[in-house]
Amino acid sequence: MSILVIAEHDNNALKPATLNTLSAAQQLGGAIDVLVVGSNCQAVAEATKAVAGVNKVLVADNAAYAHILAENVAKLIAMLGKGYSHIIAPATANGKDILPRVAALLDVNLVGDVMAVLSPDTFKRPIYAGNAIATVQSTDAIKVLTIRGTAFPAAAATGGSATIEAVSEVVTAAKTRFMGEEVVKSDRPELTAARVVVSGGRGLGSGENFKIIYALADKLNAAVGASRAAVDAGFVPNDMQVGQTGKVVAPELYIAVGISGAIQHLAGMKDSKVIVAINKDPEAPIFQVADYGLVADLFTAVPELTAKL
Amino acid sequence: MKILVAIKRVIDYSVKVRVKPDNSNVDLANVKMSLNPFCEIAVEEAVRLKEAGKASEVVVVTIGPKAAQDQIRAAMAMGADRGIWVETADTELDALTVAKLLAKVAQNEQPQLLLLGKQAIDSDNNQTGQMLAALLDYPQATFASKVVIEGNEALVTREMDGGLQTLGLTLPAVVTADLRLNEPRYVKLPDIMKAKKKPLDSTSPDVLGVSLQKSVNLLRVESPAERQAGIKVDSVDALIDALKNKASVI
Ligand SMILES: Cc1cc2nc3c(=O)[nH]c(=O)nc-3n(C[C@H](O)[C@H](O)[C@H](O)COP(=O)(O)OP(=O)(O)OC[C@H]3O[C@@H](n4cnc5c(N)ncnc54)[C@H](O)[C@@H]3O)c2cc1C
Ligand SMILES: Nc1ncnc2c1ncn2[C@@H]1O[C@H](COP(=O)(O)O)[C@@H](O)[C@H]1O
Repeated sequence: MSILVIAEHDNNALKPATLNTLSAAQQLGGAIDVLVVGSNCQAVAEATKAVAGVNKVLVADNAAYAHILAENVAKLIAMLGKGYSHIIAPATANGKDILPRVAALLDVNLVGDVMAVLSPDTFKRPIYAGNAIATVQSTDAIKVLTIRGTAFPAAAATGGSATIEAVSEVVTAAKTRFMGEEVVKSDRPELTAARVVVSGGRGLGSGENFKIIYALADKLNAAVGASRAAVDAGFVPNDMQVGQTGKVVAPELYIAVGISGAIQHLAGMKDSKVIVAINKDPEAPIFQVADYGLVADLFTAVPELTAKL
Repeated sequence: MKILVAIKRVIDYSVKVRVKPDNSNVDLANVKMSLNPFCEIAVEEAVRLKEAGKASEVVVVTIGPKAAQDQIRAAMAMGADRGIWVETADTELDALTVAKLLAKVAQNEQPQLLLLGKQAIDSDNNQTGQMLAALLDYPQATFASKVVIEGNEALVTREMDGGLQTLGLTLPAVVTADLRLNEPRYVKLPDIMKAKKKPLDSTSPDVLGVSLQKSVNLLRVESPAERQAGIKVDSVDALIDALKNKASVI
């Protein structure tokens, strides 16, 4: 058994989701190698080397990998991954984009969003927006998996002493042209890794009104999330959407403000440890999952909460 | 330019699914079924490209039981020109098998643009488009929120974890639709009537030369852990007190 973990990073820093994926790798058992593919990503390789339990860090550092495009990165991973029993990555936008392509190149299936490892070939994963949990067994020679970060603890970022090996193969993307990106800059904690998340929904009424959510989040050193309705209405950018088809979060404390609690939203936050709902409608379904519900107008309750904390 | 759209019949998004008492699967008996919302968005995008003069024909394909023809008709009512039904009794094929079947259909049809949903809301797999692109060795753009056809390229804006990314894909290419790509139209009764007359061909995995082998087997399905019902607090002060002293999270 040997496992190839695909690191999630931005060429500067290793993303926390990688550490959760590494603890899933540890549960699989076997030697763990980590592939860092990117451009000018040596700092990421150094950080990965220090993570507990890593055997070898493979570094594919080339301008061709600057934007982690599926076309060439999947080919590279499929080539390097052939000798492993498992190829795994966090279930992030990149992981979901690239790993299915890797699996098909290797003529195997992929088990996505793994939330429990029962044995090296048997896994639990959510289906139907998390309203059912499937146990599936893979008979493929190489198991390709994406890992739901919130379901596994983070591996220790220090204590390891892996070797670093450069990957010399360069695969280029002949048919994909990178044209640009709009990266959302934020000093707040990352949504999927934050200890506290404050989310706003359609009840906020406008992007301008989200300032009361940000003020509360700042008081709690929290990340800010949103419902699909708030994103669709243009109140906040798409990367803040929590839910079945957005990000999955499981913080210690989740505060839902002006969110009704549709099943698609619950799918992304119902594993949070403590859930608070602030909503003026006492019948809103969000109260069925909330540990503490406050029936109130958010425009008075949220500023009052921020002021009193 | 021909566009091929892959569509799936799934449980309606408003239905909360139940697990069968014997834990063998979920219970879909007498449950409302619909066109997967992301597939609906993909169909809408294809039809808009045709209406804008960028595409000449929109072909929809579905793999599934006979009832899946309803979803082909629904896509035709939205404006698709023609349908292909790949008949399989099994509704739970592996994603790789679905991708292989779609790849064969694509080889027969030779579309320039292949549109899929980013995710089927039953399996929540989010894999088929990426696998199809790999099998055809086409470029891909998943999670699309904007598609522009310019010359021999599809310029696609994608929803990423940290914001938006724009890629130029050389056609033929695979694009998977995210929620904000468009808002699907409401179909009108005359369109539903017109759809009944549009051509629908059927084929089978045998004819396409794909074997339906499975490598991911479903062993058990269970309900998720239910959350204990909480309490209502009557003031902000009571909420702060509970979070500090009962839950100890702030
Ligand atoms: C395929 C598909 C995928 C989806 N994926 C997602 C997803 O990933 N994430 C997601 O969130 N949704 C998703 N949805 C959408 C989901 O079904 C709901 O439409 C959405 O979550 C509703 O957002 P909301 O709760 O903000 O809005 P609403 O349902 O409109 O609720 C607004 C709430 O605000 C309250 N409110 C209004 N004013 C005030 C006030 N002044 N004070 C206090 N409370 C107030 C109201 O009582 C109401 O409960 C998806 C839907 C589909 C079909
Ligand atoms: N049985 C099917 N028939 C046709 N298209 C499918 C089928 N299953 C999945 N797809 C396509 O693949 C997309 C993603 O599905 P999935 O990878 O299963 O989440 C769907 O939105 C469809 O476009």
